[in-house]
Amino acid sequence: MLTLQVQKPKLILEDGRRTDGRRPDEMRPIKMEVGILKNANGSAIVEMGKTKVLTAVYGPREMHPRHLALPDRTVMRVRYHMTPFSTDDRKNPSLSRREIEISKVIREALEAAVLAETFPRTTIDVFSEVLQADAGTRLVALMSASLAVADAGIPMRDLIAGVAVGKADGTLVLDLNEEEDMWGEADMPIAMMPSLSQVTLLQLNGNFTPEEFRAAIQLASKGIEELYKLQKETLTSKYSAYKEVN
Amino acid sequence: MTEKDKIRTLVLPGDLVGEVGEQQAWSPYIIRNGNKLYSTVIGLLEQRDNQLVILPLEGVYYPRPGDLVIGLIEDVELYGWTVDIVSPYKAYLQGSSLLGRPVNAGEDLRRYLNVGDYIMAKVDSFDRSSSPMLSVKGKGLGRISKGKVVDVSPVRTPRLIGRNRSMVETLSGETGCEVLVGQNGRVWMNCVKKESEELLVEMIYLIEREPYTKGLTEKVKSLIRERLGVNVASPEAQANT
Repeated sequence: MLTLQVQKPKLILEDGRRTDGRRPDEMRPIKMEVGILKNANGSAIVEMGKTKVLTAVYGPREMHPRHLALPDRTVMRVRYHMTPFSTDDRKNPSLSRREIEISKVIREALEAAVLAETFPRTTIDVFSEVLQADAGTRLVALMSASLAVADAGIPMRDLIAGVAVGKADGTLVLDLNEEEDMWGEADMPIAMMPSLSQVTLLQLNGNFTPEEFRAAIQLASKGIEELYKLQKETLTSKYSAYKEVN
Repeated sequence: MTEKDKIRTLVLPGDLVGEVGEQQAWSPYIIRNGNKLYSTVIGLLEQRDNQLVILPLEGVYYPRPGDLVIGLIEDVELYGWTVDIVSPYKAYLQGSSLLGRPVNAGEDLRRYLNVGDYIMAKVDSFDRSSSPMLSVKGKGLGRISKGKVVDVSPVRTPRLIGRNRSMVETLSGETGCEVLVGQNGRVWMNCVKKESEELLVEMIYLIEREPYTKGLTEKVKSLIRERLGVNVASPEAQANT
């Protein structure tokens, strides 16, 4: 492509806004829905700006091959996958090194929330399909996975909400977009179980000073609080009829 | 039952449901953190004689000893059968439980129960380290030889049975069918008329779809009366002409 941009664009404009018009502490518009697939035990779709991830959860069910089952807890198997049409250029549909790693990271974050000892000798399969990729797919996948697990009725300590914080042109920004992800100085995805205030996922690409790191955590928790509220609303709305019971 | 007992609220994973009481029974749906109790599933929270109980709204069947279940024979083995009870765990029924005597070596158990047969059984024992064992010793248990079995979600069985069995009694009383609800979400019915069977299946799916709407029992009752009124009258009307 001839139009390929090789020069770093200005990430923070003169009026203090970002390339997509957001304030530094503003997230992209979010949409969530649960229970959208009939065949899966639990399912959810989460959209954050242009990023869109669909997750299906199957289980707890009997594990095959049998010898891989664990005697004291359930085995979580997570597949994070980007559909070939999720990016500008066609993505090879086979699992890449990056996808295998993200699958592992999401699995470990979910294992912290799921009460795995409730269903020994079984497996829970989580399939996350990225339908459209535009920065922050791992966290959107993790959030949709946590909603889908809750929708499947699997006991869990808390829902997981996550958002990325980063540094673009020296300013801390919440919920990075594609350009900030590519050209920014730092990218730090954080996921938490808000009601227990525990962190289940934290990665950092780039560098922060200790002060910046603290400020970044503060900024992220603000966003996470907002996302968590939205997740609860999403689940509640599915059962709104149940509020006036008997 | 007092008015307070009837209050149910919707809870989500991570919701604070209360403080640690004196005799809070263990439940997979409630966890402790410090001296606070949190919900772990989407469910309805109920206060039942100083105990917090969560009725899950989603999930699979988790066998409990003593439960009445309807199983489907999946495989015939040398000394028993493996039975599907729509749970993450396969159940096992020993041959001696059905025959009342030890199974003779080389005996073909297919003669008694074959793949595809439904059985009414009780969960004899189940713990996290071994598969659930079924028993067919007891009145009404054993091979199901007549009627029809339909599957619903196992978390709907409390609603299908109703408070003090009110829903089950409405269903069977109004349609004139025998109805038995297995704890694993399978419902057995035996009807005289084809129409009442079809209607019953329809009502069961209605309850599964909208389980916690207000006055569901009354709605089901009037629906059955309305529909059966027409269906019962028509054969007589034809006979008279």
